[in-house]
Amino acid sequence: MLNTTLKALVWMVVLLLSAPVFSSSSEEGEKVDVTEMIMHHIKDAHEWHILSYTDGNDVKQHVSVPLPIILIDGGLKVFSSKRLYHEGETIEIITPEGKKDHYIANSELGYGIYHENIYKLNSAGLIDFDAEGHSLNAKPYDFSVTKHVFTLFFSSLLLFVLLKAAVKSYKNDGLHPPRGIARFVEPIVVFVRDDIAKANIGEAKYKKFMPFLLTAFFFIWINNMLGLVPIFPGGANLTGDISFTLTLALMTMLITVFSGNKNYWKHIFATPGVPIPLLLIMIPVEVVGVFAKPFALMVRLFANITAGHIIILSLTGIIFTFGSAAWAGLSIPMSLFLLILKLLVAFLQAFIFTMLSALFIGGAVAEEH
Amino acid sequence: MGITGIAAIGAGIAVLGAGLGIGRIGSSAMDAMARQPEAASKIQTGMIISAALIEGVALFGVVVGLLQG
Repeated sequence: MLNTTLKALVWMVVLLLSAPVFSSSSEEGEKVDVTEMIMHHIKDAHEWHILSYTDGNDVKQHVSVPLPIILIDGGLKVFSSKRLYHEGETIEIITPEGKKDHYIANSELGYGIYHENIYKLNSAGLIDFDAEGHSLNAKPYDFSVTKHVFTLFFSSLLLFVLLKAAVKSYKNDGLHPPRGIARFVEPIVVFVRDDIAKANIGEAKYKKFMPFLLTAFFFIWINNMLGLVPIFPGGANLTGDISFTLTLALMTMLITVFSGNKNYWKHIFATPGVPIPLLLIMIPVEVVGVFAKPFALMVRLFANITAGHIIILSLTGIIFTFGSAAWAGLSIPMSLFLLILKLLVAFLQAFIFTMLSALFIGGAVAEEH
Repeated sequence: MGITGIAAIGAGIAVLGAGLGIGRIGSSAMDAMARQPEAASKIQTGMIISAALIEGVALFGVVVGLLQG
C-alpha cells in the first residue's frame, strides 16, 4: 500500500514540475546575477526582504518585514529600516572594476546604506569612495536588529517556550512519566548527557557543564533547522554568520581556560617526559593549540552551514541562469535531495560542536592518570 | 589575482583531499563492521566524528577559495 502511494506521489511531483514548461516565457528584464543573489541571501541585512514583484504599472514592489535600525552616533537613534530602504534615493555608482552598483541615501536622516553597511552622509548627502571602492564616510555604531539578530531572538524564544513546556511536565513528584513535548526532548537530553558529557568529561564532573553543552546543542540545531525553512521567519543564515559561531567558540574557549586545573596547564607548559629542547618547541605549539581548537570549531560550523546554503541557492539559481522554467525539472529534485542532506548536516554539526566542546572541557578538567 | 578561476581550482583540490580521506574512513569502517558486527554502532559513531572533522578541514580550504575568488 505504501508502494502505490509513493509511486502516485512521485508521479504527481514529476507532472507538477513539467507544468511550468507550458507557462509563458520570461519577459525582458536584466540578466539575473545569480552570484549576487546568492551572496545577498547568505549575508546579513537590515530589513527582512521576502519578495519583490513588478506590478501592473511596471513599478517594482517589495514585500519585506521592516526591522528597527539602532545607531549610536552621538546619541541613540532608532528608526525603522523602511525609512532607509524605501524612503531614500537610490544613487548609482560605478565600481573601480567597471560594474554598476548602487546605494541608498536618505539625506533627511543623514545616513546612507551601501552593501548593508550604514554610513553617515557627507554635507552633499552622498557617500565618498576611494580608489578601491571602499567608502570613506564615517560609520556610526550599528546596534540594529538585523535579520540575523531577529532570528537569534526568535529561535531563543522558540527554544525557551519549547523547553519550558517540557520542564513543566516533570513537576509531578516523579510519580508518572512526562507528557507532551518532554517525551521528545528527554531522549535528546539523555543522549547529550550520556554519549557526549559523561563519555568525554567523566562521571564525576560532567554535571557542572551540562547547561552549556545542552544549550549549545539545542541552539545550534534549532538555528540550523530554521535556516533551511525557505520562508519568513526561517531562512536567515544565522549559524553561517561568522560572528555567531565566533561567540560560541569563544564561550567554549573561555570555559576550557577557566576550568583548567593544574594538570591541564602542566600539559601545556611542562609536558611530562619531554626533554628541554623539545619543550621549547612544544610550548608555543600547545599555546597556539589553545586558540586553534576553538577556531576550528568556529570555522567548521560556519563553513558547513554556509556551503549548504550556497549549494541549495545555486541549484535553485540554475533555473535563472538558463532563463527557462523547464530547468525546474532538474533543479527542484536536486535541491530537494540536498535539503534532506542538509537536515542531516544540521544535526551532525550541532552534535560535533557539542562533542568537541565536551572533549576540550574534559581535557581541561582531567585528573592525573 | 593570478589566473582567473584559480580559486575554484584550489577549492576543488581541497575537496578532492576530503573525498579521499572520508572515502578511506568509510571503507575501513565498513571492513571493521563486517569483521565484528557487535561493535557496529561504536564504529559508526567514530566514523561520523572523523568524517565531520575531515570535512571541517576541507571546508577551511573551500572558504579560502571563496574569499579569494
